[in-house]
Amino acid sequence: MAETDNGKILVIGMGNVLMQDEGIGVRAVEELEQRYHIPDGVEVVDGGTTGMELFEPMRGASSLIIADAVNTGAPYGSLVRIANEEIPAFFQTKLSNHQLGVSDLLALLALKGETPEQVTIVGMVPHSLENRLGLTPEAEAGLEGLVQMVVDELASLGVQLQPRDRAGDGHWKREAEYEAAAGLSG
Amino acid sequence: MTTRITVDPITRIEGHLRIDVEVDDGKVSKAWSSGQMWRDIEKILIGRDPREAWTYTQRFCGVCTTVHAITSVRAVENALDLEIPVNAQLIRNIIQTAHAIQDHMVHFYHLSAVDWVDVVSALDADPVATAKLAESLSDWPLNGPHEMKAVQERLKTFVGSGQLGPFASGYWGHPAMKLTPEVNLLAVAHYLQALDVQNNANKIVAILGGKSPHIQNVAVGGVSNSIGFDAPSVLNLERLMLIKGFIDKLEQFIKSTYLVDVPAVGTFYLDWAGIGGGVNNYLSVPDCPQDPKGTVFDLPGGYIADGDINRLKPITTFGDAYFRDGVAESSKHSWYTGGEPLHPWVGETEPEYTDFQDEGKYSWVKAPTFYGKRAEVGPLADVLVGVASGHAGYTKYLDQAMTTLKTVSGNPDIPLTAVNSTIGRHAARAVRCAVMIDTLKNQWQKLVDNIGTGDLDTFNAPVFPKGEIKGVGFHQAPRGTLSHWVVIEDGKIKNYQAVVPSTWNAGPRDADGQIGPYESSLLDNPVADPEKPLEVLRTVHSFDPCIACAIHMVDTEQKEIVKVKAL
Repeated sequence: MAETDNGKILVIGMGNVLMQDEGIGVRAVEELEQRYHIPDGVEVVDGGTTGMELFEPMRGASSLIIADAVNTGAPYGSLVRIANEEIPAFFQTKLSNHQLGVSDLLALLALKGETPEQVTIVGMVPHSLENRLGLTPEAEAGLEGLVQMVVDELASLGVQLQPRDRAGDGHWKREAEYEAAAGLSG
Repeated sequence: MTTRITVDPITRIEGHLRIDVEVDDGKVSKAWSSGQMWRDIEKILIGRDPREAWTYTQRFCGVCTTVHAITSVRAVENALDLEIPVNAQLIRNIIQTAHAIQDHMVHFYHLSAVDWVDVVSALDADPVATAKLAESLSDWPLNGPHEMKAVQERLKTFVGSGQLGPFASGYWGHPAMKLTPEVNLLAVAHYLQALDVQNNANKIVAILGGKSPHIQNVAVGGVSNSIGFDAPSVLNLERLMLIKGFIDKLEQFIKSTYLVDVPAVGTFYLDWAGIGGGVNNYLSVPDCPQDPKGTVFDLPGGYIADGDINRLKPITTFGDAYFRDGVAESSKHSWYTGGEPLHPWVGETEPEYTDFQDEGKYSWVKAPTFYGKRAEVGPLADVLVGVASGHAGYTKYLDQAMTTLKTVSGNPDIPLTAVNSTIGRHAARAVRCAVMIDTLKNQWQKLVDNIGTGDLDTFNAPVFPKGEIKGVGFHQAPRGTLSHWVVIEDGKIKNYQAVVPSTWNAGPRDADGQIGPYESSLLDNPVADPEKPLEVLRTVHSFDPCIACAIHMVDTEQKEIVKVKAL
């Protein structure tokens, strides 16, 4: 797969995997990497709840896709897409748990005159934020849709992901399965 | 008249810290530091494999990922009495010092400078005069008039766009803002440049850690890096030279900018060298181990009581009994059951929420003590313990900062005790950052030399015995003494407690009613305008508060608020 005409595309999964549905963004990019070949020109980052470490990758991106848990008041597991000029208002109403990090980074990019041409947040409304890895059934169902949203966003930017012959299991998926099998509640 | 002020939240980064003060005649007379979220994230580790714990602890906090990863494996290694190869110690040391450098730079320039720098005032500066001033202080190449003019133009566009972003919470035009427009512009220029420079530290962490922002190379028993001089996928000479290049860039900025800016700004705020003194007991743990067991360290540790640097009690080894036996946490004023101080190995976190009670329970953070006393942790503690230990770097850079301050201010009589203050904590952080860059260079050289002897070992496999074992791992983290306490039974985690730096500093009153470092530092702070308690922010921010790991859970409804009421 060749690089797109638009330069680097950065996909960041945000969230805390230790807090159940809060980690949906990280789990989504983990799935993405397990299921698809990631071509040159696309960078996938597990951002966790970090901030400044993401500044440099963001600077080099012409398009930015952020997967995150967002609270819009819609039913649990609902999928949400917010793009470009909608984003400042989104942060003003503080719907994301990581707003300080990401919104500050976007503001710093603006201050530097390096705002990406396209910024999209794809998110899912979390149900429960207990201290455990296992997702709620609503989030487990929403995870599929969230991964597909990232795939679709990439397609709209001219990148058709090629599926791997066999999808593997990422670290957090395996740990969540162990948690369930061993009866750990966290 | 007494005025009660509540600032909630007080941090610019993750975390939920509430500060309450009572102000009498323009000064703080009482203070409360309260964590607003229940913390029990360690419970998730119970029943899990101790070899995997670091991948979880790395997710405790969005700011200190590597810090919690390294401390976790140290705790498990201590429980196993497991030595690790020298290369592994050095690789971890390089990662942690690079992280510390980035953390200190970001704290000064990007998180706390806006407490002291009036960004809007920089628009009124004369760029030529700014450049002249900057070039008189330092040989940093990006201090010229064209640079300053460009920064001012950029700032004008940004402020004009109405999106203040990271500057939105600043108190522009506040009477406590004292810098000239030119110094404000200089600070904004270095704010932007520091954004570029700090990334060199991330690159070092990413090369050795395999991934950023969450490193992948840590293991109980060492690191998973392979070392060799021929294969491209391992840590080879080319990668080591790449790291050296990043180190050099960091060094230039720290020594010709950070170490100069702090005393330069401090000169305008000399009154803050007499404000914000804390509990005056200091705890720091040794770090950058040089041997497999952790008995020889490049950074000293110890405890100083009552600010008397002539009476240092040293902490000298991993698992040091003096440290291990001295730590306890009290819940008497925290929203947990129980009240008597408990050692972390038997620590409990059963919630008992009561509402905010000034004389009772008022925080989700516990109150740690060291042999029954409250202690400040962080760069100020590290610098004082370093100087008390006769550490050459700490002594040299503290002396240099004090000399610059005396020269620029024209006051030769500023005593060393002035570092126990709000502005002193910033100075101490700059001093520590300079020590960190020298230490980083040193660790890099030792790694190259050790590999040169033909030693390529990076890992000793752990073996878990039947029965119960206990361990403590500690780290001189950017915000201060961090310790992880683990109890392992039959190879599974039975209990896990992290006593984090911001718990030491942000903790509420303890079992004996003693106030904590934040609370102590706020007493007698001036507050010019209760509606805009900039002075309270200045003092709390000087500790580099980050209670994301002191406390967890997320509340999407939190908004920055200042509540003021007259009592």
